Amino acid sequence: MSSPTPPDNDQIHSESFLRLLMRRQLKLSIACAATFLVVLLGLPLLNYFAPALMATRVAGFTWSWLILGVLFFPFVWIISWLFIRRSIALEAAEVKSVKR
Amino acid sequence: MHLLLLPLAAVDPWILSFSLVTVVATIGMGFWSARSSKTASDFFVAGRSVSVGWNASAISGEYLSAASFMGIAGMVMSSGYDALWYPVCYACGYLFLLLFIAGPLRRFGAYTIPDFAEGRYDSPLFRKIAVCFVLFIGFFYTMPQMKGAGTTLAYIFPGLPYWVGVVLVGAVITLNVSLGGMKGITLVQAFQYWIKLFAISAPVFVLMAVFGFYNGQLGANVVTGETTAPMAMAARAPLVEKAPKDTAWIAPFGPLTTKAVAAAAAALPADQRAAFLADHQRPYSLLYTYSLIIALVCGTAGLPHILVRFYTNPDGGAAKRTTMWVMILIGVFYVFPPIFGVIGRNLMPELYSGVGAKGTDKVVLELPTLLAAKFGVLGSILSGITCAGAFAAFMSTFSGLLVSMTGALAHDVYGRMLRPASTPAERLRAFKISAVLIGGVAVLLGCFVEPLEINFMVGQAFAIAAASYFPLLFMSVWWRGMTMKGAATGMLTGGLCALGAAALTNFSTLATDKGPMGKVFVGFAPLNTFWAAHPLLRILCDQPAIWAVPLSLFLMIVISKATAAQVPADIRMKMLVLHAPEELGLKQEYIQEHTAGAGH
Repeated sequence: MSSPTPPDNDQIHSESFLRLLMRRQLKLSIACAATFLVVLLGLPLLNYFAPALMATRVAGFTWSWLILGVLFFPFVWIISWLFIRRSIALEAAEVKSVKR
Repeated sequence: MHLLLLPLAAVDPWILSFSLVTVVATIGMGFWSARSSKTASDFFVAGRSVSVGWNASAISGEYLSAASFMGIAGMVMSSGYDALWYPVCYACGYLFLLLFIAGPLRRFGAYTIPDFAEGRYDSPLFRKIAVCFVLFIGFFYTMPQMKGAGTTLAYIFPGLPYWVGVVLVGAVITLNVSLGGMKGITLVQAFQYWIKLFAISAPVFVLMAVFGFYNGQLGANVVTGETTAPMAMAARAPLVEKAPKDTAWIAPFGPLTTKAVAAAAAALPADQRAAFLADHQRPYSLLYTYSLIIALVCGTAGLPHILVRFYTNPDGGAAKRTTMWVMILIGVFYVFPPIFGVIGRNLMPELYSGVGAKGTDKVVLELPTLLAAKFGVLGSILSGITCAGAFAAFMSTFSGLLVSMTGALAHDVYGRMLRPASTPAERLRAFKISAVLIGGVAVLLGCFVEPLEINFMVGQAFAIAAASYFPLLFMSVWWRGMTMKGAATGMLTGGLCALGAAALTNFSTLATDKGPMGKVFVGFAPLNTFWAAHPLLRILCDQPAIWAVPLSLFLMIVISKATAAQVPADIRMKMLVLHAPEELGLKQEYIQEHTAGAGH
């Protein structure tokens, strides 16, 4: 950030640039959140409508216990890792498109 | 004289020494880093120069409170499967923070929510409202920390009354904060994360090696439809009468989420009970589960003291990597407390009959003593380690909360509202007085909450944050049509409704207490009859997030539309600063523009 004024001033401050920027970022966030929410909110539904299936034993655990107590954490790590990678790439692309 | 000596004779020297070392090390590190940093702004600068690993440990250290360390294990033991939502959502709430709020807020350059509230809406009034909520949520969050302190000290010194522990720990930390201030706390918090992780995992591994692994311990419980447990355990102690049955405990929609319906059924004539339970139990507990999930996930994204810590690393890429590591560190930690609960159910069912500080909340501390019977000193050392972890848990969270609340009172209330012209020396004195004031109130509140479950109280603090700060941050970042009036109305209504609902249920629970608290809150006893007649209302007050969060969002949208003319004039620039990558240097440009404007 050596120069306070960016090179292509008008493009950055235009309405269309802001809209594009927000839409792209929101799309990525919503895609990640949707993946997460489907599993998070789907699990109670599975417990509710398929209690017998979810009570099936897996090495002592029940399916519902194994998913919530153990497997859920790595699942969230994967989503956040993908999000961070994508959003850093997205920002790099945005900077490049403006500076060109 | 005798009364004083008697408890000391029963104290395990290992437990005492490990706890003392943690306390002394915490205070010592606080002073040491306070001396090595010179100006008040060192706090943030230190954050900037801290590596990702240290910073992530520090954030995790502050986040993992007494609720995480003791409360979750106790709740899994007492309520079973449903309590697993707590650790999962505590950890996963960070994802929401990362996806929607973290990036934009960091670009905006706001370090506290009141800062953001004022900057985004150009409104000093809104800062005041936001400060009030920092205090509300903070006090709700300190109560369970105080209960953790009281429980742990009563455990270490058998016979010590609960309130003595609360006063003692509260006084020590208040002193620490008022003398050392907020400087250099990063190091202490990071150190405490690793104590906590070690203290929760080491005893679990030893316990599992001796008494059977996680899956075996869980397999000793019978699922509906099974006649014998698949992994029956010889060591399993018979359950006491107050303990929930295997099938209800291990399955979803168990005692935690069906409490209100069970109470309602008990109030009905015997012949109607079965039909009532069949009709209402499962749908209502599904509703409870969803409300709990919303409160915890959205609440994490709106906890003021977490957000403050989150921004100690303002460099773009590093901040994102820090978040990733925080989620991993927290997630690893949260696998362990439920294991304590599961093992505790099999080996220490007598805890089910205890209440308050003697109930399931102390399972984490009590369980390693089983090893003492078998292995002597090794068991005592493990007990000592868990006690040290518990100390680290409520000390780190309480000092973090105290610092952020004191900062709000001294900086925002005194420095900005009461005496804007005060000198730095006066402000420093105000900081110290505020610390003592807030510490005192927190101790007082902590003395009242012995009969309440640690984890339940934290859940309510999350619900209040979810209904006030989360909608504010989410909408302010992503919708440019928000006005100050819309934001304030939504935040106040949602937050106050959640606060009122949570307070009502707490008062009615306290009214049923057999101890002195029952007498204080006896006026609220009729409320329990009302709850029995209206279980749905009870659930909605117990877990207000499911209606309070949408209510808050709805009000924000409607009022903002009605006052659309008051959208800040430079909103496009604000949005650009919130969303454009930092490499473009827009923040610098924006701030220059603002100072130039102020000079006119």
